[in-house]
Amino acid sequence: MAAAASPTMSTHATTRIVGAPVPRKEGVEKLLGAACYVDDIERVGLWHGATVRSTVPRGLIRSIRFDRNIDWSEFAVVTAADIPGENHIQLIFADQPCLADGKVNHCDEAILLLAHPDKHKVRRAVNAVQVEYELFPPVFTIEESERQETIVWGHDNLLKSFLLQKGDVDSAWPAAAHIVEGEYRTGAQEHLYIENNGIIAEYSSAGGVTVWGSLQCPFYVHRTLLAVFDLPADKVRVIQTETGGAFGGKEDYPSTLASHAALLARKSGHPVKMVYDRVEDLAATTKRHPSRVRHRTALDEHGKLLAMDIELATDGGAYSTLSSTVLSRATLHSPGPYSCPNVRVSSRSWATNTVPYGAFRGFGAPQAIFAIERHMDEIAAAIGMDPVELRRRNFLHQGDTTATEQLMREPVIVDKLLDRALSESDYYARREQFARENPDNPVKRGMGIAAFYHGSGFTGSGERYLNSLAGIDVTSDNKVRVLVSSTEFGQGTNTVLTQIAAEAIGLGYSDVEMAPADTGIVPNSGPTVASRTAMVVGRLIERASRQLVSKLQEHVGLSTHFSPSDFFEACRRYRIAHGEVASLCRYEAPPGVYWDDEKYKGEAYPAYAWSVHVAQVAVDTITYSAEVEEFWAVQETGRVINPVLAGGQIEGGIAQGIGYALYEKVILQNGHMANNQMTNYIMPTAEDVPPIHACFEEIPFEHGGYGAKGIGELPHDGPAPAILNAIKDATGVSFSSIPLLPEDLHATLCARESVEEPTIV
Amino acid sequence: MSASDITIRFNVNGEAREIQAPPMKRLLDVLRDDLGLTGTKEGCGEGECGSCSVRMNGDLVNSCLVPVLQAHGATVETVEGLAQNGVLSPLQRAFLRCGGAQCGICTPGMLMAATHLLARNPHPNLAEIREGLAGNLCRCTGFIRIFESVIQAAGSFTEQDAARSLDAR
Repeated sequence: MAAAASPTMSTHATTRIVGAPVPRKEGVEKLLGAACYVDDIERVGLWHGATVRSTVPRGLIRSIRFDRNIDWSEFAVVTAADIPGENHIQLIFADQPCLADGKVNHCDEAILLLAHPDKHKVRRAVNAVQVEYELFPPVFTIEESERQETIVWGHDNLLKSFLLQKGDVDSAWPAAAHIVEGEYRTGAQEHLYIENNGIIAEYSSAGGVTVWGSLQCPFYVHRTLLAVFDLPADKVRVIQTETGGAFGGKEDYPSTLASHAALLARKSGHPVKMVYDRVEDLAATTKRHPSRVRHRTALDEHGKLLAMDIELATDGGAYSTLSSTVLSRATLHSPGPYSCPNVRVSSRSWATNTVPYGAFRGFGAPQAIFAIERHMDEIAAAIGMDPVELRRRNFLHQGDTTATEQLMREPVIVDKLLDRALSESDYYARREQFARENPDNPVKRGMGIAAFYHGSGFTGSGERYLNSLAGIDVTSDNKVRVLVSSTEFGQGTNTVLTQIAAEAIGLGYSDVEMAPADTGIVPNSGPTVASRTAMVVGRLIERASRQLVSKLQEHVGLSTHFSPSDFFEACRRYRIAHGEVASLCRYEAPPGVYWDDEKYKGEAYPAYAWSVHVAQVAVDTITYSAEVEEFWAVQETGRVINPVLAGGQIEGGIAQGIGYALYEKVILQNGHMANNQMTNYIMPTAEDVPPIHACFEEIPFEHGGYGAKGIGELPHDGPAPAILNAIKDATGVSFSSIPLLPEDLHATLCARESVEEPTIV
Repeated sequence: MSASDITIRFNVNGEAREIQAPPMKRLLDVLRDDLGLTGTKEGCGEGECGSCSVRMNGDLVNSCLVPVLQAHGATVETVEGLAQNGVLSPLQRAFLRCGGAQCGICTPGMLMAATHLLARNPHPNLAEIREGLAGNLCRCTGFIRIFESVIQAAGSFTEQDAARSLDAR
């Protein structure tokens, strides 16, 4: 084997393309307006689909009536009875129907599908279908669900629970110098990708089902279509179109929408397009899980953690979907980046009669980290210690073990990240300045920090189960293609994976392209989720590339030092002698990475990315608005493959995190999203996002693609606690729930003023 | 063509076009469906997200809110008109270099808003850029690299470019 194939070289070698700010692979098409999104695609004989949805949160369907003024013979109508296979969306459990069959468990649940050649006619026809229900009592909150008086799922409303235990929490309380308790809540959050969910489907009895769409995980959609249509794997084909943002919101939902469009295509005999408008997308698709986290923490007299007792609950919505894995990630991130001998996390996900909550950037971690990082500031205030110092005394270091007894084998530099964040933000000087200025200023300023890790890749045994396969091939017209089902939706999959392949082979960036994300062409490299693409799939591409070079050297005499034309000439010779020029690699867990599902212990993640955030916030005590004025993010995400894209990930994640903290509120009425428009679901605009300073420290991870660890989700974890900690610093008031809107600030700050200043004369 | 259709003549990206359409059909749908200019995107359909931004008679408009009858006789510029003979404009090049586009769905509207801003104010400061782009939502970038793109493009933006953009009036 050639020296270049040595697995340990990747993280230390100097590189030409990895680490360089090469332009986004599909960037030119996007800038020309030529990139083809699903709604840009036309088909001859295309029909348009629409969905009749439940208007009640829970009940039996008594009757479905069709308005006689409409000629229904023009329409294709699909109900659960038209499903040839299983009426289930295939996720972790198959409890979610593709179409409601006799009963509904949440508002906006799909009951019936319509298709017609005229897009406007089919939308109007939705309102001409009247469904009558027998109503059952619904459950809308974690508290109602956990009381178990009304059972809406299974026999106890409990979608999933975990118990994580280390040491003996109960023995720690008597010896504690301090015990601090707190409860923290987070609301739902909408992804608000600018492109709504959309699919085009075709069906023929000979060819089966083909769908094109805006989606993250082609093989997830593939799996559901196999079951819904009862077809063999080669009769279902899923092709990703250019995808206009996802953030987890196109992880599981496209399986439902693809099934719907394909059922209509089968019934109508025409290709069918279903592209939601914003109102429907907001009402019917997944959101981030709301949460409630209770902390009880014991510390010694020096501020060292003795015990953490954590009770975590999420609202999972009407079906289990991904709630169990979201809960697991929340559980594993709930103790924060701290070393503690005794930890107990008891976590539960509860069913309610709302649209199922789903994947959203961070996947449970932002909820858990909001709680622990707010709680650390509460502890600091309670024991009279600087919140920075409290964190510093308790940080995990290399050689420590986490709550799951995972040994921190890799270097941990969270102290260094903290130092850099403090100096970049001039944290102490600004705090002092604001403390001096605030009493005479109606605008109160403060500084807040948050420190955290984010586990890269699937949780626990996940990557072993996924068993991903990825690789490259070389076409006869001299293009190297990356073969993955990992998709591009803005985060940079195309760019990063082609950089890795070009680097590892020794070619130019423009010599490598992506094969279409088409289940008929590419192997299953796993879903595009969990910040796994650069680290896990990138590593597979790096290995496959080196393997191809070795193969060419061995079989057709490619020299050690070769030019691109030597390489393609060798490929030509190999093709003549042996056929297809391709190289595939399967996932191999890094040595020593083992997770015990039974005991819920072990290596929770193969690697962790680390970060410290600092927020400067101004609270206007006249308007009660809170504004983030400046933001600093220092992170260690392994090797940075592309600095422009990496910076963009951090900044975009922080902007979403600011929205999560201060703007974005999902208002449910009777379980239906009442503010399902961009007019009244508010995200940060160009006027709201502060200057963001993103800095990287790089420690290459030996088992990631060219040393990469996960990056995409990390930046969403820190803004909410950092911002609320800054608001505490500014106003002296602790807020423990997000979103924190001006009306919430008004209510609390006014109440405090009336208590504290009762004697104004 | 149905009985209620009217004839609309207008200039789109420098070309005279004529279509038959119902007068209240959205300009967005005319551009996408009748003229095949699918670079202009729909994000919300209610004028909040700016993905459908185009310039009409030198004004920046949300094409989802413009009935096509209002475009009769107008000059309309869309994202497809920015590159000349396949060569990216300085603004498009700056977006590519700075990472101003991620998923790309807001990009056409964002480019039109930025083009409009630079046409009226060739050297905007950051506050003016923020204000100029405040009607265009981007969920990926956090806007920071979009601001940087506009600043870089402004550096290479000439008075001649500005004059040409204003000619569209």
